[in-house]
Amino acid sequence: MSDLTIRNLKKSFEDIHIIKGIDLDIKDHEFVVFVGPSGCGKSTLLRLIAGLEEVTSGSIQLDERDITDVAPAKRDLAMVFQSYALYPHMTVRKNMSFALDLAGIDKAEIQRKVEDAAKVLELGPLLERKPKALSGGQRQRVAIGRSIVRNPKIFLFDEPLSNLDAALRVLMRLELARLHKELNATMIYVTHDQVEAMTLADKVVVLNAGRVEQVGSPLELYHHPVNQFVAGFIGTPKMAFLKGTVKAVSNAGVTVALDCGPHYQLPHQSTSLKPGDDITFGIRPENIEVVAADQSPFKVRLDVTEHLGADTYCYIKLANGEMMTVRAPGDFMADYGQNAGLLPDLSQAHLFDASGKTIPRPRPPAQAA
Amino acid sequence: MSISSLPAEGTAHASTPPVTVHEERQRQSRLSLAMVSPSVAVLLVWMAVPLAMTIYFSLIRYNLLYPGDNDFVGLENFYFFLTDEGFTAGMTNTLLLVCSVLLISVVVGVLIAVLVDTSFWGRGIVRVLLISPFFIMPTVSALVWKNLLLHPVSGVFAAVWRFFGAEPIDWFATYPMEAIILIVSWQWVPFAVLLLMTAMQSLDQEQKDAARLDGAGPVAIFWHITLPHLARPIAVVVMIETIFLLSIFAEIFTTTGGGPGYETTNLAYLIYSQALLQFDVGLASAGGLVAVLLANIAAFILIRMIGKNLTDKG
Ligand SMILES: Nc1ncnc2c1ncn2[C@@H]1O[C@H](COP(=O)(O)OP(=O)(O)OP(=O)(O)O)[C@@H](O)[C@H]1O
Ligand SMILES: [Mg+2]
Repeated sequence: MSDLTIRNLKKSFEDIHIIKGIDLDIKDHEFVVFVGPSGCGKSTLLRLIAGLEEVTSGSIQLDERDITDVAPAKRDLAMVFQSYALYPHMTVRKNMSFALDLAGIDKAEIQRKVEDAAKVLELGPLLERKPKALSGGQRQRVAIGRSIVRNPKIFLFDEPLSNLDAALRVLMRLELARLHKELNATMIYVTHDQVEAMTLADKVVVLNAGRVEQVGSPLELYHHPVNQFVAGFIGTPKMAFLKGTVKAVSNAGVTVALDCGPHYQLPHQSTSLKPGDDITFGIRPENIEVVAADQSPFKVRLDVTEHLGADTYCYIKLANGEMMTVRAPGDFMADYGQNAGLLPDLSQAHLFDASGKTIPRPRPPAQAA
Repeated sequence: MSISSLPAEGTAHASTPPVTVHEERQRQSRLSLAMVSPSVAVLLVWMAVPLAMTIYFSLIRYNLLYPGDNDFVGLENFYFFLTDEGFTAGMTNTLLLVCSVLLISVVVGVLIAVLVDTSFWGRGIVRVLLISPFFIMPTVSALVWKNLLLHPVSGVFAAVWRFFGAEPIDWFATYPMEAIILIVSWQWVPFAVLLLMTAMQSLDQEQKDAARLDGAGPVAIFWHITLPHLARPIAVVVMIETIFLLSIFAEIFTTTGGGPGYETTNLAYLIYSQALLQFDVGLASAGGLVAVLLANIAAFILIRMIGKNLTDKG
């Protein structure tokens, strides 16, 4: 078992509040990913869980045991650092066995554990090398091996793949997913990378300025962000946000007038909105179609287009000067400055009130996550 | 040579293309010779001439008290120097001085460097204070130690001893070598601290964090992480300090004058006393050559032992 329960956790560095009260439940075998903008406190939260930083207030429990003030080594957690933090003067074998050596475990037992871990990570031939004689990916694997041998309840990863090149990152990502299944482990993973977050996570925790904005499965966050911050943070290219005003609210939904021209009738249900309120209309680049100028009331001018092969990103200038991005098919051709119309898929549109909170939209039964 | 021939190559190709390869090569070698010759000449005058003169002096009888009596005596000067009772004393004292100061500056240096690496109030000032003794002239610091600190009547130590009701110690009479080692260490520990302190700053914090997660306490982190990280700077400290400690002179000259007896006479001081107290230039030259030889042996051993550690990356 390894259930982690965090209650009202706070951390300040010399009067600067970094973590401002976090509640979080992490279940056994879950792969949890922390995402958030740079400086929001992801690493700090991870280091608090690991015990490398002292908690200012709040509590951390692992399986009913309060570990808030327990020494890092006694928490049954292992951490993989962004810089790998291998011990440069020790061989790979020694790096991996260091924790066990310190714990005074039987030599034969250590040998067996190290070789088992080396087998899982395909490190066998590298055991007698020093870290400096390894490639980035191999170092990464040694760092993971070092945590595996300790057989921890929870693995903590702080941006473990950010020092690798794109191809290796994809490879290591798959390996981590495989490892998660194979070890049946609980993992907490910090990343900047959207793709890593979406592909690896059972549960994504979006952090912003020391608070949890939303916790949920990747698709839950993608389809039903609770506020404008999460909506803008999850998904690349970013969701487009268009300013507008509420025209009418009824049982059938909300009618909005966008500053850039068109009026839309949306199925969102709200009791708090009144006609005249400011509102933000959000639509993902993949939920818009570019059509000829006379086929839509939403008139725009095309800016630069980027062809990525499978997709084309069209940057679009709206009548009131706002910019947005549309993801069009790979063979989409357009001229710079050409006039066009946009057809947003209104069933996928998002609405946010003036404070940035989401106006809930009806969930089709199939999509409810 | 290869470096100085580089610019010559460039200009030759640019200006005179139609010459044979042979002429071209000759021209180049002449040019590069011309370019290195000033430094070679300076080196010759600077090193070879004094060396030759020393060798020459060491082979003749040359005492300033008996001018004109400069016969060739072969290796007699060397024989006298090596069998002089001061020589064994000088050798042992030199070794003792070098080894103890090295030991003290490495051990104390590492401890201080590790201690000041943790953050505390006023750390910046403490760091400056720690390294400042290194910038004081040896003569001055030796005088300060002699007259203000260790002096049996007016010294600070004597005051402390008297405060506790003990009999003040006349350091330079009772423990002369220990006193010299104390003074020299006081000067050279800061050098070790300076180097090791800088090295501590390049120790990866995440490595320490990883070790803490692996269950290492402060002592285990020191042995398994910090000390191996400092191995290289320690080697540098040992190498550089050895070179300077072999020729410690001012501290002995200003305090004990090599005494009592030969108790604080090291090789450098022995040679000085032969040349300028007994006016025997021939004997002093022989001693100088012996010292050069010993320094070279020491340097050779050091470079074999430590140099490998330095060039081996990581
Ligand atoms: N030891 C410390 N002392 C003071 N402030 C700190 C300390 N460690 C972190 N901070 C501050 O805490 C905030 C959060 O840092 P943290 O490293 O957790 O960010 P992060 O979310 O991991 O960012 P990134 O994605 O860039 O790694 C930052 O503003 C940082 O300056
Ligand atoms: Mg971070």
